[in-house]
Amino acid sequence: MTYLDHNATTPLDPRVREAMLPYLGAEPGNPSSAHRYGRRARAALDRAREQVATLVGVQPRQVIFTSGGTEANNLALFGLAAVERPGRLALSPVEHPSVIEPARALEREAWELDWLPVDADGRVVVAAWEPAAETRIVSTMWANNETGVVQPVAEIAAKARAAGALVHSDAVQALGKLPVVFRDSGAHLLTLSSHKINGPQGAGALVVDPAVDLASRQLGGGQERSLRNGTENLAGIVGFGMAAELAGAGREERAETNRALIERLMDGLDGIHGITLFASSAERLPNTLLFAIDGIDGEALLLALDREGLAVSSGSACHSGTGTPSHVLSAMGVPDAVARGAIRVSVGHGNNAEDIDALVAALGRQVTALRKLVATA
Amino acid sequence: MTHRRPIYLDYAATTPVDPRVAERMAACLTADGVYGNPASRSHALGWEAERAVEKARGQVADLVGADPRELVFTSGATESDNLAILGAARAARGCGRHLVTCSTEHKAVLDSCRQLEREGWEVTYLDPGRNGLLVPEQVTAALREDTVLVSLMHVNNETGVIQDIAAIGERVRRHGALFHVDAAQSAGRLEIDLRRLPVDLMAFSAHKVYGPKGAGALYVRDHPGLRLEPLLHGGGQERGLRPGTLATHQIVGMGEAFRIARASLASEVADQRELRDRLWEGLRQVGGIHLNGDPEHRVANILSVCIDGVQGEALIMALREVALSSGSACASASREPSHVLRALGLSESEVDSSIRLSLGRFTTADEVERVLGMIAISVSRLRDLARARQGTDGAGGGPSAHKTAS
Repeated sequence: MTYLDHNATTPLDPRVREAMLPYLGAEPGNPSSAHRYGRRARAALDRAREQVATLVGVQPRQVIFTSGGTEANNLALFGLAAVERPGRLALSPVEHPSVIEPARALEREAWELDWLPVDADGRVVVAAWEPAAETRIVSTMWANNETGVVQPVAEIAAKARAAGALVHSDAVQALGKLPVVFRDSGAHLLTLSSHKINGPQGAGALVVDPAVDLASRQLGGGQERSLRNGTENLAGIVGFGMAAELAGAGREERAETNRALIERLMDGLDGIHGITLFASSAERLPNTLLFAIDGIDGEALLLALDREGLAVSSGSACHSGTGTPSHVLSAMGVPDAVARGAIRVSVGHGNNAEDIDALVAALGRQVTALRKLVATA
Repeated sequence: MTHRRPIYLDYAATTPVDPRVAERMAACLTADGVYGNPASRSHALGWEAERAVEKARGQVADLVGADPRELVFTSGATESDNLAILGAARAARGCGRHLVTCSTEHKAVLDSCRQLEREGWEVTYLDPGRNGLLVPEQVTAALREDTVLVSLMHVNNETGVIQDIAAIGERVRRHGALFHVDAAQSAGRLEIDLRRLPVDLMAFSAHKVYGPKGAGALYVRDHPGLRLEPLLHGGGQERGLRPGTLATHQIVGMGEAFRIARASLASEVADQRELRDRLWEGLRQVGGIHLNGDPEHRVANILSVCIDGVQGEALIMALREVALSSGSACASASREPSHVLRALGLSESEVDSSIRLSLGRFTTADEVERVLGMIAISVSRLRDLARARQGTDGAGGGPSAHKTAS
């Protein structure tokens, strides 16, 4: 199987696996226990916290480990909303569901939502946005999971801060692919995930500005400075730490490799009739390309590609199988009929030029076959 | 001299991952392992991950007599308890505003109840008897017209006593309220059959059953009257009750852990009971050691004891070659005195003089003998020291012997 769906999840780096194995073994330590096993577990937890902190340039105590990006996004929005007076929450319409859904839940309470204006690439148009009075929270992702489009987080944050709002950014897709420096972003809260950077699933973090007051969501036990209670996923967090260290070390080289692969893909797609590239001129993640092919049903094409041993997706894994067109493409003004044909290729660790060539060749074959099928029907 | 690993007698805090579980998890984590996102519906790697998750769901369900569709995977028992209590109460807003729980519950339950109090709910905290047990009639008496939920733990994490959840559940059900049970300490240690038990919600942890930390489940009975408001909002996973990418290897580990627990439950319980009885017999011979909690209605692997004239923390420090605790791991980090033992009516000094010994799958008879030897020596030294100090201070009276049954 050629895996070209790295924005959904990534294969584990073997070095991360090695780092995790001792904590899947005979060591029984609960990091909260005072005895030797507990202290060793605590030391492993502290080291992972340092590794993650180093990657985004913060102090270790600013890192709150969670079960993943979804929980970190929920903690950010609900955690801020619980200590702030209800007011307005501004967010982009292209956010991940784990930001949009908490915002909708807050809307059912006393909060009002403002949607940041985006252009046809789904990029926030900062100049077209004036924070309304009583805007208390602004949430914008760093880079989009479906299109790869990079948001002007620092500019949005500056405007939000000037209006007295707190800023959250979901940096899950940007981490390891772009330089993610907490201080430069202007965000007060930053969401990170392990399994998008070749770490294990089930671990993530919320990076918190020490000056910001946050209410905890998961209650009981006192772990993570009482901001995220419950026994820590030790092996997962150790893996996340190692993945963070590795992500920092080879980032530029990886970005170059991935960018070259995506360019090769774009060249290859030139040879297929009726291709629409999304956000092709916008600043994007080096590893992501979203496109659609005229007259081709995305799901049918994906299944055909799967049979050829190629794993790609229609957009986000969370939408997969639901049949609803992407809210990201809707926000970009893409008609539903086109959006339903969307194919996302996201490359990463282990991919090479042959993978791209195989994909392009398979696309050519399958598109021809599917078009023939439609023509005879 | 070879360096010896401390003898682990803190299985109630967390258990080592069973080698068979570790093997399954490690296999998921290789380059050709199951690394897909179970929510990916467009390729074989996603389907394969989804199949692995569903197999594990079946394994967890089998241990407790549930239908796999009634299980929601979470990040652990804390999240499961939170989801059960906050989720059921908030979904029942308008039907009532009262909950019943017990003062010896885990913090994950108590803090959820406190949160609901801040949201305008009323909570009755029942106090158990000196033996740690509730009398079912106590629960009946606390039920009100507007009671929505009763939340109790099956086995207490500090004392090991077993609540009669069948009898209590009957009463709760007759009243028409929901019944949530925290089974973090009982799954894999007691027979649980949810086909027979009148329980609506039940929280499970993987890392108390030789599985990984960071995995748990909530049983949600398939019943039209039972609705939960999710705590997390997002990608729609777990039927919307618990969104977020499922950690496939963790869930596979939990499934394997529960499969093993089912296969070995009876023999393990017998083995651990024998070791625990030997441990208790040995402790009694030391003298001035009292059992906390009911001597009969208790799980086979936990002993909580109060040792006259000895500070629990001092004893734990002295027993350098034994890993044990004074109570819950969460409380050892914060160094708060045990709210559980206080609720049983122990005095402050009795609480200070208590330790918890919890055995497990890998405890050996030899370890028990060695620990007994070390405890006998350390207790006698610490008592001598305390007496000497009392002599110089002229202060009188140590913790008085209390009348816990033994």
